[in-house]
Amino acid sequence: MNHLLGIKYITENDIQLIFETADHFKEVLSRPIKKVPSLQHVAIANIFFENSTRTKLSFELAQKRLSADVISFSAAQSSVKKGETLIDTVNNILAMKVDMVVMRHSSPGAAHFLSQNVKASIVNAGDGAHEHPTQGLLDSYSIREKLGDVAGKKVVIVGDILHSRVALSNIYALQKLGATVRVCGPRTLMPRYIESLGVQVEYDLRKALEWCDVANMLRVQNERMDVSYFPSVREYTMQYGVTMDLLRSLDKEIVIMHPGPINRGVEITSEVADSAQSVILDQVENGVAIRMAVIYLLAQKLAQ
Amino acid sequence: MGQRILLTSLEINIILHRLACQLIENHGDFSQSVLIGLQPRGKFFADRLASLLENVYNVKNLQVGYLDSTFFRDDFRRTDKPIEANQTVINFQVDDRRVIFVDDVLYTGRSIRSALTAIQSFGRPSEIELAVLIDRRFSRHLPIQPDYRGRQVDAINDDRVRVNWKENNGEDSVILINSTTNEPA
Repeated sequence: MNHLLGIKYITENDIQLIFETADHFKEVLSRPIKKVPSLQHVAIANIFFENSTRTKLSFELAQKRLSADVISFSAAQSSVKKGETLIDTVNNILAMKVDMVVMRHSSPGAAHFLSQNVKASIVNAGDGAHEHPTQGLLDSYSIREKLGDVAGKKVVIVGDILHSRVALSNIYALQKLGATVRVCGPRTLMPRYIESLGVQVEYDLRKALEWCDVANMLRVQNERMDVSYFPSVREYTMQYGVTMDLLRSLDKEIVIMHPGPINRGVEITSEVADSAQSVILDQVENGVAIRMAVIYLLAQKLAQ
Repeated sequence: MGQRILLTSLEINIILHRLACQLIENHGDFSQSVLIGLQPRGKFFADRLASLLENVYNVKNLQVGYLDSTFFRDDFRRTDKPIEANQTVINFQVDDRRVIFVDDVLYTGRSIRSALTAIQSFGRPSEIELAVLIDRRFSRHLPIQPDYRGRQVDAINDDRVRVNWKENNGEDSVILINSTTNEPA
């Protein structure tokens, strides 16, 4: 397979290979010179039809650390605004001899659609509320790093599950690696039939935290909400926000994760985000190593 | 057809002692020198040399590291086999130090070339030397020669030279495997 479209389409072995490769890249990133020449004959285009800070920078840095030639564009400044279709846009980029495309798009399935219609290796950097595979990988990788293993761990994903591609990729990755997953959030932000993925739904945050080893706190995605899903931010925070008091009242120390960007004071307080239990910045650090591993492994399979 | 023993356990032991002595001649107490085993197979050779230097020849505070140069190789995307990386462990400064690369077999010189590039990520050694157990003569693709060699071997290009170490193969030996056998490499 020459694409990474979603965690759903890869196996546990694939994930383990990505993790082992990422271990080596993490070591590379600790060297005085953090660059390797592996991909100096590979050109990669990052095309982001949706806003992104972390993911875009992380992908770009990963590509540069591998010595690939990188071009990046954001839809806001592109000819997409002039009415060009997705396939045309990408084919024009590929005509400039680009080997790999990293794409974020607001439509679920956009990456899959592209993989069927253009001749390049596609990495999905988020397609609507569908999947965000590299985030799912780096979250599991961070759990493995913090707790030694993912298998047997209990992970709860809290918040806006309905609009979250991070949730879906996390569920697939964690389950493939042998973890048990629950989701927690207001009923309005819980997708119907989510149980069919083999996850339990918990509406009570305290119960969810008492059960879990790791809590992955999602951001409330206001930009995807066409109607009001809860009465007020204040009420959401009261029911689903994690505070230091809540964490201290548990009889164990759980790991707090967040894919970013954080709404400080909404899903978690500043104190929690900056506490020793939080691995939020480790996630960002691991993101570069995971993306280096994904791109390196995909590039190995590029046609000469 | 088949395979031939190039070096026995006893011969390897004699060679290890000779190489250790040659290293001491040039590097004294190793205060300015470090040993770096090239992954994957140079690690065992480096460990063996290090244990001799420390335990038999009383070298104190010898620093030993392992370098994997997979990401610096020139055959990425040229082979169908996935190239798997190994661990790099260099917990010391190489800047202005005398680095001794240690590998089991010197063949085309390409992996040494990649190691020479890879080590630059860690700093600028004052000097780099190369110690190999087996030097396959007349098969170099690059102008690279060892400073210390255990045994020089003539082998035709399709032959394989396999170095076995007690630690992972049960015994010390060096075997020449003829290309027509089905022996796994």
